[in-house]
Amino acid sequence: MGSNAAANHPISMKWVQKAKDNGGILISVDPRYTQTSTKADIYAPLRSGTDIPFLGGMIKYILDNEKYFKDYVVNYTNASFIVGPKFDFQDGLFAGYDPKTRSYDKTFWAFEREQDDRVKRDDTLQDPRCVYQLLKKHYSRYTPELVSSITGTPVPDLLKVYEAYASTGTKDKAGTIMYAMGWTQHTVGVQNIRTMCMIQLLLGNMGIAGGGVNALRGEANVQGSTDQGLLFHILPGYLAYPRANQANMEAYLKAITPKTAEPMSANWPQNLPKYFVSLMKTFWGDKATKENDFGYGWLPKLDAGQNCSWLNLFDAMYEGKIKGFFAWGQNPACSGANAHKVRQALGKLDWLVNLNIFDNETGSFWKGPGIDPKKIKTEVFMLPCAASVEKEGSISNSGRWAQWRYKAVDAPGMAKPDGDILVELFDKIRALYKKDGKFPEPILNLKWDYVDAKGHFDPHNVAKEINGYFLKDVKIGETEYKKGTPVPGFALLQADGSTSSGNWIYSQSYNAAGNNMARRKKDDPTGLGLYPEWSWAWPVNRRIIYNRASTDLNGQPWNPKRALLKWEEGKEVDGKKQPGKWVGDIPDGPWPPMSDTKAGRYPFIMKPDGLASIFGPGLVDGPFPEHYEPLECPVPKNALSSQFTNPTIKIFSGSMDKHLTCDPRFPFVGTTYRVTEHWQTGIMTRWQPWLIEAQPQMFVEMSEELAKLRGIKNGEKVKVSSVRGELEAVAIVTTRFRPFKIGDVTVHEVGMPWCFGWMTPKNGGESVNLLTPNVGDPNTMIPESKAFMVNVTKMEGGA
Amino acid sequence: MTVSRREFLVISGVAGAGLALSSLGIDMGPVKAYAQELKKIDKMKSAKQSTTICPYCAVGCGLICSTDTKAKTIINIEGDPDHPINEGALCAKGASLFQTTSNNSDRLKKVLYRAPGSDKWQEKSWEWALGEIAKRVKATRDGNFIEKNAKGETVNRVEAIAHIGSAALDNEELWPLQAMMRALGLVYIEHQARI
Repeated sequence: MGSNAAANHPISMKWVQKAKDNGGILISVDPRYTQTSTKADIYAPLRSGTDIPFLGGMIKYILDNEKYFKDYVVNYTNASFIVGPKFDFQDGLFAGYDPKTRSYDKTFWAFEREQDDRVKRDDTLQDPRCVYQLLKKHYSRYTPELVSSITGTPVPDLLKVYEAYASTGTKDKAGTIMYAMGWTQHTVGVQNIRTMCMIQLLLGNMGIAGGGVNALRGEANVQGSTDQGLLFHILPGYLAYPRANQANMEAYLKAITPKTAEPMSANWPQNLPKYFVSLMKTFWGDKATKENDFGYGWLPKLDAGQNCSWLNLFDAMYEGKIKGFFAWGQNPACSGANAHKVRQALGKLDWLVNLNIFDNETGSFWKGPGIDPKKIKTEVFMLPCAASVEKEGSISNSGRWAQWRYKAVDAPGMAKPDGDILVELFDKIRALYKKDGKFPEPILNLKWDYVDAKGHFDPHNVAKEINGYFLKDVKIGETEYKKGTPVPGFALLQADGSTSSGNWIYSQSYNAAGNNMARRKKDDPTGLGLYPEWSWAWPVNRRIIYNRASTDLNGQPWNPKRALLKWEEGKEVDGKKQPGKWVGDIPDGPWPPMSDTKAGRYPFIMKPDGLASIFGPGLVDGPFPEHYEPLECPVPKNALSSQFTNPTIKIFSGSMDKHLTCDPRFPFVGTTYRVTEHWQTGIMTRWQPWLIEAQPQMFVEMSEELAKLRGIKNGEKVKVSSVRGELEAVAIVTTRFRPFKIGDVTVHEVGMPWCFGWMTPKNGGESVNLLTPNVGDPNTMIPESKAFMVNVTKMEGGA
Repeated sequence: MTVSRREFLVISGVAGAGLALSSLGIDMGPVKAYAQELKKIDKMKSAKQSTTICPYCAVGCGLICSTDTKAKTIINIEGDPDHPINEGALCAKGASLFQTTSNNSDRLKKVLYRAPGSDKWQEKSWEWALGEIAKRVKATRDGNFIEKNAKGETVNRVEAIAHIGSAALDNEELWPLQAMMRALGLVYIEHQARI
């Protein structure tokens, strides 16, 4: 659901097939009958943008039929927590909503607490204000009939999926979900995923072998680039980005470090101060001292509430507020939602630096369709980079494995590794600031010694810095560590400036044992395919996170046939019992199982209260997922409440920020996807003859019924348009799309790939992002590229 | 097809039957293709092999690059049979990775500059381009530096320069990249994860 793995993550499908060979059931839920659907035991269609009703109905089914894993739910989740009396939900809105600011006051969703500040619980799950009862009430409205009238999925198909998936709520069964942009690119994207998380918790499918909620990430190192903090709101290792109201490090650390009164909660994030100070030591080296707040003041600060994410960035650029722009290994002229606005915005820059291995629609935007180069004042620097096999370093996959890549050859011509380019560029900038300039301290004080003896960028040097060092001789416990030795792992990082680490979650990746990311040993002691000595996974080489939840309260595996982890009591030596230990995957901490009510710890160590969140009071749009229609949708109202769209989304209102819902000019649902042969905007694959031969041009898939309605034949050229733009495409008339019955209305949906662009191949077609809306999920601001409204018409002479 | 003496011996030794048949007027295509393969295999014997991970999706498949050590070019890329994720298998993109290397004549090989209002690229040196970019970064930064926000809080940031990218880079490149951008005061720092 939310992904088409067979086409877009093809090799992952090899293992799905293997699971099927072993008796597994594959369910495919998708608006279109995809390549994955062809391999599925059960296929169910749904209208784009209605995943929450689909899954909300499953929650209702699981609760009504008592299919949930009770021991897991009571002991490992917050199902028993009592929610405070201010919480309420009425007609699509949760308590605490302010229509003026379009935001919630989340204190209305707080848990009730005991005098000692622990959360109040009712382990019988009977209290009407406990999470379990509120959950039951919330989803009681999501009946199969109502769900079907929203999603367009026939009721028997819904029930088939619910029954099959709910059957994994037992000790000996695992269920997993593979999702991708089909879930994220919605104005309810985060809540789509959360609904599935809740299902996985109800069924006891988190932290177990073959379980989890798996994001099939679309870029080879998008996990790593997120880990390393290439986003406005996080520093490396997911440390929240400092805000202006956090005037010094103490105030910042106080704000980001969670506290708990629960004695059995490990509350691992209580260690964040150690990781932040160690990060600052890697940033600034010796220049970061206790006296100067470890250089906290040199980090730029965001205002409280300021959001500098993608859509806002291009809005500011369009408004002329951004003058200089680095598009480093990205092609926003094709990848940005509402790409006309992005392309217009690029023309308002003073200068643009574009780095890539091929020419692309961003670097060459000034000669794109409908643009007169003479009128574009933007200076453009196009810098040629090395390809993946022309440099050395690590990338992190969807499973958090950091894998080392070796250099095979030098890059062709003048092309260089990005690492060399950025080092040389910053050297030049720094040289200018040595003379004069505004606030030069962070530029001059940044530790910047990442080159080898020949002056080339040295990835090993950086990898070791990311791992971290002891900066002084220190004794921790019984062990002495010498200054200059790598830290073994993040458990030994300190908050006093005696250690460094560029990214605490990567600490252990490159330590005294060497470059662990380059390992290639294939032992598999658990037999579960963890391969603990193949590459290295963050954190601390743990292959499945929250893995203590795969065991019962005594640390014994729920499913002994697939034991991920097992607690072994210590043996008696000379009449003294030795401490016990976990055997299997690297456990989420060394503590004994929960039946030891003194030393034991809850399994969800990153949650302040130690338990997983069925009730999630942290998101901006509600503690339980609720269905709202996409900003552009084919129905006049939300069948579940009078709240039509997500009440917390940001709606841009400039001249290029158009959107239309239920408008007869754009009567069909449009969605986007990928094809196996192209990648992202096609920036790399459209230049390859082998791949272009297989997928040469833009197409639009539509049902036979819609084709008949519009008089379109298979293979004809058609025009697809939204209120924001239009493009030409070849019609693929197919039974893979079928019209949806939404109540009494027939709703048609069409789908297009987003891998094309004007530059190459000739007449290959344009980017589908000319059509998509620039509206985002309120938590992530990821654009709603998966559900919007379009029209499809036959072109004159379009055969 | 040009055939060296050594290659001729290889062909005639291994594919002798095919050559004999060709004199009877039978299509030589398959034999020629086979000879090409042999030529590659011969090259592969002296090639340096190195492992890599696919640069497309994040499944993380392993591949093996074979590099001709004399010509210093990659002559073949294929799936790594030892890799536990893909066991040698690849999708269409991974199997075509060879076409991202120098054998693709469309690779960018030069530093290019486009002046305001111009309709063409000019070729430039790295020294010139990085020097000019550095000057523009400094001018834009210093001209638009924000020391305090509306509330009077110290922010020391630059909103007039933005950066996006990239999930296509290695971790070891990304870390210094974010450090550099933050040292410059940038707050508009984004990449593919947001879209």
